[in-house]
Amino acid sequence: MRWGVVTFPGSNDDHDALHAIAHALGEEAVALWHKDRDLKQVDAVLLPGGFSYGDYLRCGAMARFSPVMASVVDFARAGGLVMAICNGFQIACEAGLLPGALIRNRALKFICADAQVRVENVETPFTNQCTKGEVLTIPIKHGEGCYVADESTLAEIEDNGQVVFRYVDASGRATAQGNPNGSLNNIAGIVNRSRNVLGMMPHPEHATERLLGNEDGLKLFRSVVDAVRSGARERAASLVPGP
Amino acid sequence: MRAHVYVTLKRGVLDPQGKAIEHSLHSLGFGEVEEVRLGKFVDLQLREGDRDAAGKRLEEMCRQLLANGVIEDYRYEIVG
Repeated sequence: MRWGVVTFPGSNDDHDALHAIAHALGEEAVALWHKDRDLKQVDAVLLPGGFSYGDYLRCGAMARFSPVMASVVDFARAGGLVMAICNGFQIACEAGLLPGALIRNRALKFICADAQVRVENVETPFTNQCTKGEVLTIPIKHGEGCYVADESTLAEIEDNGQVVFRYVDASGRATAQGNPNGSLNNIAGIVNRSRNVLGMMPHPEHATERLLGNEDGLKLFRSVVDAVRSGARERAASLVPGP
Repeated sequence: MRAHVYVTLKRGVLDPQGKAIEHSLHSLGFGEVEEVRLGKFVDLQLREGDRDAAGKRLEEMCRQLLANGVIEDYRYEIVG
């Protein structure tokens, strides 16, 4: 399958994602330039981490208006798979592909550390290779990763099973200690209603090679490969669209 | 003409920066401060034109870019 990784001005994990896909996963990875509306017939789009547009105004506020994003939004509305990581998650929320928003970490500090994230839903194209309840170690590095949404939205995404990853402590419980940034309900990653867009603050692309620490993130990429091969896009296109 | 836009966090959205500032003010002896919430001020210089039309377009600027409706409220005023 072919993955497309977008580069915005200020993206810095685009090359890590391209590397992870091409070398750790072994699939085709193409770079998509923010000014270019052509998605090069990719099977999945990855919106990478970084500081697009310097995080000016709000993280992702301006990147969402890049020409490429119009194509990405169309792609997502038609059921295309989008993996939005960190700044990508922020961009996806700003673009209305996902509900809620990411704000400044509660303790105000930029955190660069391994996070323990529990897989809450394995019925998504991003987690079908995982086991429900398993805890993955995936690095986080962000200053604005606190996930918030109003009460009714939060209830809706919980009820719909849209929460895919939750921060947990060493004993696997979603406690305050296990929450690095104050995210409501310890939410680390979510999908939209039709489950074809994933937003997550942790960086699975930084956990794909045992040589560099661990490869827990590889499962997520393998899940997408599996989903693409079994026609996930067509299924998602028939579901209710929207965040 | 000049327009001022004020973007503020919605009530109920966590504001740790506001809290940090509140604590700093307390440390400086300003104990009367009960709450601080931090917002943004945007100063726009607009080409001269119809004020009503400008107001409608400012509304769009706020809605589309300057404020994130999920977490922020906005108000604007044309000042000159």
